Amino acid sequence: MTNDKMILMANQIAAFFNTQPGVDQARGVAQHIKDFWEPRMIAQLRAYLAEGGQGLDPLVIEAATVL
Amino acid sequence: MKDFIIPGQAGAWGNGIQDETDRGTPAATGAPVTLTIDGMEITVPAGTSVMRAASEAGIQVPKLCATDSLEAFGSCRLCAVEIDGRRGTPASCTTPVHAGMKVHTQTAKLRKLRKGVMELYISDHPLDCLTCAANNDCELQDMAGAVGLRDVRYKAPESAPLANHFEARDTSGAANPEWLPKDDSNPYFTYDASKCIVCNRCVRACEEVQGTFALTIEGRGFDSRVAVGAENFMASDCVSCGACVQACPTATLQEKSVIELGTPDRSVVTTCAYCGVGCSFKAEMQGDQLVRMVPYKHGKANRGHSCVKGRFAYGYASHSDRILNPMIRDSVDQPWKEVSWEEALGFAAKKLVGLQAKYGQKSIGVITSSRCTNEETYLVQKLTRAVFGNNNTDTCARVCHSPTGYGLGQTFGTSAGTQDFDSVEKSDVIIVIGANPTDGHPVFASRLRKRLRQGAKLIVVDPRRIDLLQTPHMGEGHHLPLRPGTNVAVVSALSHVIVTEGLMDETFINARCDLDAWEDYKAFISEDRHAPEATEALTGVSAETLRQAARAFATGGNGAIYYGLGVTEHSQGSTTVMAIANLAMMTGNIGREGVGVNPLRGQNNVQGSCDMGSFPHEFPGYRHVKTDEARQMFERVWGVSLDAEPGLRIPNMLDAAVDGTFKGLYCQGEDILQSDPDTKHVAAGLAAMDCVIVHDLFLNETANYAHVFLPGSTFLEKDGTFTNAERRINRVRKVMAPKNGYADWEVTQMLANAVLKETGGGRWTYTHPAEIMDEIAATTPSFAGVDYALLEAEGSVQWPCNEEHPIGTPLMHVDGFMRGKGRFIVTEYIPTDEKTGPRFPLLLTTGRILSQYNVGAQTRRTKNSLWHDQDLLEIHPHDAENRGLKDGDWVRLASRSGETSLRAKVTDRVSPGVVYTTFHHPDTQANVITTEYSDWATNCPEYKVTAVQVAASNGPSEWQQTYSAQAEKSRRIAAAE
Repeated sequence: MTNDKMILMANQIAAFFNTQPGVDQARGVAQHIKDFWEPRMIAQLRAYLAEGGQGLDPLVIEAATVL
Repeated sequence: MKDFIIPGQAGAWGNGIQDETDRGTPAATGAPVTLTIDGMEITVPAGTSVMRAASEAGIQVPKLCATDSLEAFGSCRLCAVEIDGRRGTPASCTTPVHAGMKVHTQTAKLRKLRKGVMELYISDHPLDCLTCAANNDCELQDMAGAVGLRDVRYKAPESAPLANHFEARDTSGAANPEWLPKDDSNPYFTYDASKCIVCNRCVRACEEVQGTFALTIEGRGFDSRVAVGAENFMASDCVSCGACVQACPTATLQEKSVIELGTPDRSVVTTCAYCGVGCSFKAEMQGDQLVRMVPYKHGKANRGHSCVKGRFAYGYASHSDRILNPMIRDSVDQPWKEVSWEEALGFAAKKLVGLQAKYGQKSIGVITSSRCTNEETYLVQKLTRAVFGNNNTDTCARVCHSPTGYGLGQTFGTSAGTQDFDSVEKSDVIIVIGANPTDGHPVFASRLRKRLRQGAKLIVVDPRRIDLLQTPHMGEGHHLPLRPGTNVAVVSALSHVIVTEGLMDETFINARCDLDAWEDYKAFISEDRHAPEATEALTGVSAETLRQAARAFATGGNGAIYYGLGVTEHSQGSTTVMAIANLAMMTGNIGREGVGVNPLRGQNNVQGSCDMGSFPHEFPGYRHVKTDEARQMFERVWGVSLDAEPGLRIPNMLDAAVDGTFKGLYCQGEDILQSDPDTKHVAAGLAAMDCVIVHDLFLNETANYAHVFLPGSTFLEKDGTFTNAERRINRVRKVMAPKNGYADWEVTQMLANAVLKETGGGRWTYTHPAEIMDEIAATTPSFAGVDYALLEAEGSVQWPCNEEHPIGTPLMHVDGFMRGKGRFIVTEYIPTDEKTGPRFPLLLTTGRILSQYNVGAQTRRTKNSLWHDQDLLEIHPHDAENRGLKDGDWVRLASRSGETSLRAKVTDRVSPGVVYTTFHHPDTQANVITTEYSDWATNCPEYKVTAVQVAASNGPSEWQQTYSAQAEKSRRIAAAE
């Protein structure tokens, strides 16, 4: 998929978990991605993060550390 | 037609027929009452009619205006009885039983009376029984025999004709003013007034069962006759549900198929293959010729009712467009070549195995069908997991109810509706959100309307003024005409009112819900920004209307919520489902009759396809593929190692195809090119694949990009089960041999074995779908108690069906939620990224109508197209006038994704700023317009919100013309050599 689409999808997930109470929103994002994204999609996200991750919600970037 | 019993031909599991004796009046449920009828003592519930009590004692009192699907009417006078201690001859249908009552159904007085009544009926009825379509299936004929009528004394004197309704001309040749020509305007049945006995059953069926009130009796006395309030049936409000035809005791209302073919000689109970209501029908047959589909009175989903699709629109099964031989081609610009099954399957297997060798194990996948059976779906997902060695399986639920699975799973712990359909009979306040039941789920809508007529309150949350709001004789109704895309804000505002006004059910919350989550949610929802006054400008729903609706729901008694794709097909689809669950929990509306959260499923087996493990992250029974216990169990049963990572969802498959990493697809009974969003992207994905296998009845739109076509079988041609929206597992029974040679489960098994032949794996050896169900039961806890013997005995069961619930579970979460404590989840409104602006100022939302189904592949190949032969764009008069558009004009509909042209329908059913269309016709391809935006949690497409512009047009767009030419070229079939 295009990076733009991937960014949109990841940021949508972050937008939801950003609104959730508690302190483990990043873990929520990471768990959701691990539960529903196919490995090549996660690989694309990791590769994009390695290039700087421009446009990604900070929560996605934080979540990537526990992916 | 009368309810006669046709001896069935029992197959391996029987034909499903139970006792269908018409007992004259509906069953009652009161305390036991004992009485004597013709010297026989019988005990029945209080409230039972004498007629029904007699029938249950084995005594059939003659009747004409009574039938047990309708309330007693007492007009025909044929069912008169004598009762000791009472004067006269009361009608047994309208006389309730009393303790100690002594009834006589056969006396000299009654025989004389009944014979006189029948003589009058027959004196005004044509005596053409031998050539009548209802011959041997006519209650008038039966009753004439039952009362011993041997003569009709009323003869016309030579001096003057006797007034009647059945002769077009009298003996002098003069036109008979009482005679009416037969109305054959409806494509499926005729109305022949000359045979009408004015028993009122059709009128009452239209009112009581269907709830449309299209029929009436006009005139008085001898001039009384059935009328439709229009020139003919086709021009009237009649929705062709068939209830009147079913109720008619003569040939007055008669199926055209019976007129053409004659009466059936055997009957098999099966399940409709249209919407998620899952109606039971009797397929009435002559040999392997289907004569008619009759709603089955013991069907637990439909209780003897039907709609125009299930009752009449089965002609697609024998349509000449069906492809009955396998076909292959190397590239999609070639014509198809018909080949043997062996060659087609070998061709497909070699391609798939070759692609995996070249591009990797995860380069191919499957799409299961929500129109196929549970057993077939189970095999397709097994094919990809156990044979292809990956989890690349998805289903049409991705584009409809996947947010239901996620949202209800998170809040309640299970991915299904909480109630059975009977539950609506106990509801006091009913919220319908983003659903149009009269069109999408018509048989359930009739049951809902019946409850509304009894006084239940209705709250509709929908951008359009749906027909349910026009229910005749309904009680209080609220319409919350929200702006598309604002569901979360509206449902949260309802919850805000309930919480801030202290209307929640704290006893339920304290006992049944996670209190930490509740406290978080309560604090969130109490914030002023969720108040209806604060959201009014955003949602378009007046604050006062919303407050009234919230109060009505919270304080009105049993509150039930029904919802559809207007909830799920949004970027916040899953969030809205969770908001709905919150609303139900806070008002204590879970775990008993009359309440609950009820997703109205679109396709016949969309619930089942989800249950059967069609999603890429879940095995059958909603267990994540990462769960070691579940995965290891399937590895033991299937004898292979299984992938522990989720596979690709449909949109992800298409993206990966465009990227060049997904190269092969087996697509069973699904037309993603027409049904999925952003058609151009779907086409690009399909075009990028090297092996697309379409397994379908017809060369659908997806097949334009296919390399292998495997002919499919209809629901009439195979055994299996469907699971409807109330989790009801219903039998599908084979009534004729597959026209293509194989049931779909056999085709999938042959494809699996062809691949396994290439890879050296073991063969699949199922010989009957019952064996597949046994494997499902052995591997899926919620199906553990299900087998065909149980379904034969019970008719149907609702899952969970296991040791704890041996005959199924009508109501979920009665003693506790599946996940333990119900979990409130904070539901922040987050606007979609799809925005209106100067270029695209209107919002398009899409849906379906009564006569067509989904992409129309089935219904477009029936006479249902007489009601809807093209998709139309509904536009508000204000928006139409601004653009110089008139009703019927060609208009160009454009979005950021694409454009198409269709005709306009100017109507105030839609609000200003909103336009609406259906997606039933490939010539329109409404999904050229829809975007790639999707639900944050599940990737369910956002069909319901697309920013568009509408302008005048001269006809089909350039894209439509190009597409049409490509489709025509792709469908060529080479002449046999």
